[in-house]
Amino acid sequence: MKIIKKLIRQPLSLMGLLIILFWITIAVFAPLIAPPGENQDPYMMIRHSYSTVPTAPSEGIPFGTTEGGYDIFYGIVWGSRTAMIVGLTVVTLASLLGVLIGGIGAYAGGTVDYVTMRVVDLFMSIPFLIAVIVMTVVLGKGLDKIILALVVFSWPDYARVIRSEVLLVKKQEYVLASRLMGGSHLRVFLTHTLPNSIHPMIVLVSVNFGKIILIVAAMSFIGIGTEPGYADWGQILNFARNWISGIPGEPFKYWYTYLYPSLAIFSFVLGWTFLGDSIRDIMDG
Amino acid sequence: MIKYIFRRIIAIPFILVGLSVIIFSFTLFLTPSERVAVFINSPDAFQYVDVDELIEQYGLDKPFPVQYANWAQGVLRGELGWSTSLRMPVSQVLRQRIPATIELMLLGQIVIIVSTVFLGTLAAKKHNQWVDNVIRFGVTISSSVPNFVIGLFLLIIFYVGLGWFAPGRLGVSAMDAVYSEGYTIYTGMHLVDSILNWRLDVFKDALSHIILPTIAYAAGPIAASTRLMRSSMLENMKRGYADTARVIGLREKTVIDRHVRRNALIPTVTFMGLLVPVLLGGSVIIETVFNYPGMGMFIVTAAKGLDFAAIIGASLAVCLIIMIANLAVDLLYGVLNPRLRQD
Repeated sequence: MKIIKKLIRQPLSLMGLLIILFWITIAVFAPLIAPPGENQDPYMMIRHSYSTVPTAPSEGIPFGTTEGGYDIFYGIVWGSRTAMIVGLTVVTLASLLGVLIGGIGAYAGGTVDYVTMRVVDLFMSIPFLIAVIVMTVVLGKGLDKIILALVVFSWPDYARVIRSEVLLVKKQEYVLASRLMGGSHLRVFLTHTLPNSIHPMIVLVSVNFGKIILIVAAMSFIGIGTEPGYADWGQILNFARNWISGIPGEPFKYWYTYLYPSLAIFSFVLGWTFLGDSIRDIMDG
Repeated sequence: MIKYIFRRIIAIPFILVGLSVIIFSFTLFLTPSERVAVFINSPDAFQYVDVDELIEQYGLDKPFPVQYANWAQGVLRGELGWSTSLRMPVSQVLRQRIPATIELMLLGQIVIIVSTVFLGTLAAKKHNQWVDNVIRFGVTISSSVPNFVIGLFLLIIFYVGLGWFAPGRLGVSAMDAVYSEGYTIYTGMHLVDSILNWRLDVFKDALSHIILPTIAYAAGPIAASTRLMRSSMLENMKRGYADTARVIGLREKTVIDRHVRRNALIPTVTFMGLLVPVLLGGSVIIETVFNYPGMGMFIVTAAKGLDFAAIIGASLAVCLIIMIANLAVDLLYGVLNPRLRQD
């Protein structure tokens, strides 16, 4: 509770919180803000036409349409849901996996610890984006595959941080006391060691949330990711790539195709950066 | 220190084996007929032979260790399979593409380290004054803009709007010059080669193409490393040795430039080493945005064309580059910090 109070008092973190709240609201009320058509998968962007040329904002289509007649406003509103779902799932699963593997390794110590850390080193020496691309390509297209690939390559980060924390905590007297009183390893690990070493994870989770969204957007942007038409910010920006040059005499004719999705991604990540930085500052003292 | 470096060099083959196992195990998700491409090195092998025969020839129906051993033997001979998306052996593609990416990465690192040292020192010297606040604010903003958004807007402003720079790696006339007789390709990096051949027109052209990707590449890392450099400078300025230097009577400028900055650089160099994987990952996006034919763009083309041999070969190359870069950073420590050289 103290943390939240401190967060609200700092202007930067307050701004971060407000931006994130704004996007959460949009994600939650997406069906009201941009109602999907009947019998339509709400996560697929509404198509107004099959035209290859973008059309400017007009009545009922506030942000215009991009290449292929996709509604940009609809894509951005529902894209916030995609971002939230991917971010939450990946961060939750990866941190759970990382905490378990890193925590158990550190608690057990010796060979177990050594082996887990070498595995962590291996995973961390492959560039994250390239690893995720390779795995997604091999598994096939789709959001669930991206999520799986992201989890597989982001747990080592958490494992490393929790390890150093558990190594400190397991030498504390209350842990020893609990063992002496007859507590089993499992009990000591779950009720004493873990809860006391979990704090740094909060910082990591808040910083990584924005990062994960960036990676997903980047993948859709280069055309490896969600299937065409899926409401996803990176993909809208990918459609815009062909239209940045405008037409002779009017170089910025198609400004709406890239400006809105860029602003969406930028503000979302900025929110998480502000929040993550502030939490780190508070935790550091 | 020598012992430490020696240990690191010994460890490299082991790490490579571990990584190649991870990378090769990706192929287990593929069917044997898709996997064949990873083993084949010329198109003829595809044309006159039955796929089933190939599967048998390369032992693709055998257990994983046997397949891995077969593949690893080929890799050691420099055979990385046939790229179906670019229609040439993967090893040949890599020979052309790796220098392009390294050129971009080296230039990026130079830009990053120069701006980091400059901005970090400036912010620390003017601690809590307006210059410091501007730098800190700029750093927070630029670390939140995704590099592909930066790249896209750089293109919109400098290519579409002003017409100063163009995407790609070389213009048409420079390209002709590079592939003409009498022009020797030494490194594959145009900026270096053009100087060695003394063709300043090619140098100018290559530079005008590489500037925008370098900026897009460096913006995010500059933000992160400036923040690190600033806090490390501030910490070192309070240390005893800085006060000693001041008491001896050295000018503040000398204290900061000769003593504080040198010590403050150590964590920044560590960060630079950690940056290599990040930069290589970023090259995938930056090269695609700017149509710059390097490893990153190759990986994207391969991924879109489901060109598995290319993807696996390229990932292996990327891992090798990272390991060499890490070794270079370790050597740099010794240069920067004499204390490390002793034990």
